Amino acid sequence: MAEASVITDEMRAAVGQESEPITIEVDKTAVRMFARAVGYTDLIYYDEEYAKSKGYRSLPAPMGFLGHPIFRPDIPSRPAYVMSFKTPYKRVLNGGTDIEYYEPICAGDALTSTSKIADLSERSANIGPMLLITGETTYKNQEGKVVAIFRGTLIQY
Amino acid sequence: MSDQVYFEDVKEGQEIPSLTEKCTSQRLVMWAAGSGDFYQIHYDKDFAQNTGLPDRITHGALKHALLGRLLHEWVGDQGRVKRVACQYRGMDMVEQNIICHGRVTKKSQQGGENIVELEIWTETPQGQKTTPGTGVVSLPSRGQ
Repeated sequence: MAEASVITDEMRAAVGQESEPITIEVDKTAVRMFARAVGYTDLIYYDEEYAKSKGYRSLPAPMGFLGHPIFRPDIPSRPAYVMSFKTPYKRVLNGGTDIEYYEPICAGDALTSTSKIADLSERSANIGPMLLITGETTYKNQEGKVVAIFRGTLIQY
Repeated sequence: MSDQVYFEDVKEGQEIPSLTEKCTSQRLVMWAAGSGDFYQIHYDKDFAQNTGLPDRITHGALKHALLGRLLHEWVGDQGRVKRVACQYRGMDMVEQNIICHGRVTKKSQQGGENIVELEIWTETPQGQKTTPGTGVVSLPSRGQ
């Protein structure tokens, strides 16, 4: 492929830059809503006493649920990671999701996340040349323990 | 929940029980609310078609979560899901079944844990693999 790279020095310099921390709530109603959307029937996601009987502090977060950033109408929502640059591509696809879990996350936890661009790469596909941006977000709980690492790949083309 | 699966009972190459979930427009709306992803291509047909899609499509992250549920339900109360990773290679249209599958690729013992690695994927009703990935779980041992 003889296509010129769209990755600039500015973009390369953005790789690895950590964002400011974001505060994330995990609450019972959110756990139930998420579990219900995924179709779970396991009562650990709905009944707190049952969850405690299985050794959890409260309702545990189902796979894929890492709480919600606190929404405020006076603060614009922003991408999870620092993307200070523009690219020539207009269209976006979600390329993939990879979550590693280290400690249980339960309702009542207050998480703090920091994000960065972990990788930039280019590929040529049937829809044309594409830029793959891999973001990485690390979640810590109120005790400072890393509970999960999320990696998401955004495809621009 | 099904009966507890133990590390000793698992064989490399073995398929785990599949999971089928119909991704109705109602489910996609529930997912939008539950996840906080309000992109309209998932619930607004006109919006989706204006972007060139034939219809609304299922959220990639919902397919990732369904693969997580597949593993959670397999490992039982005493198992733990440690990693769920997948790539969104093909679109799944609204109102279609998503069939989640897993196959054991490797067993190992690491740091006192019984680790099982799996190949996981979703299929359309036509058998197209749209979301290939990998999973890592830990299982209890019969000896413990």
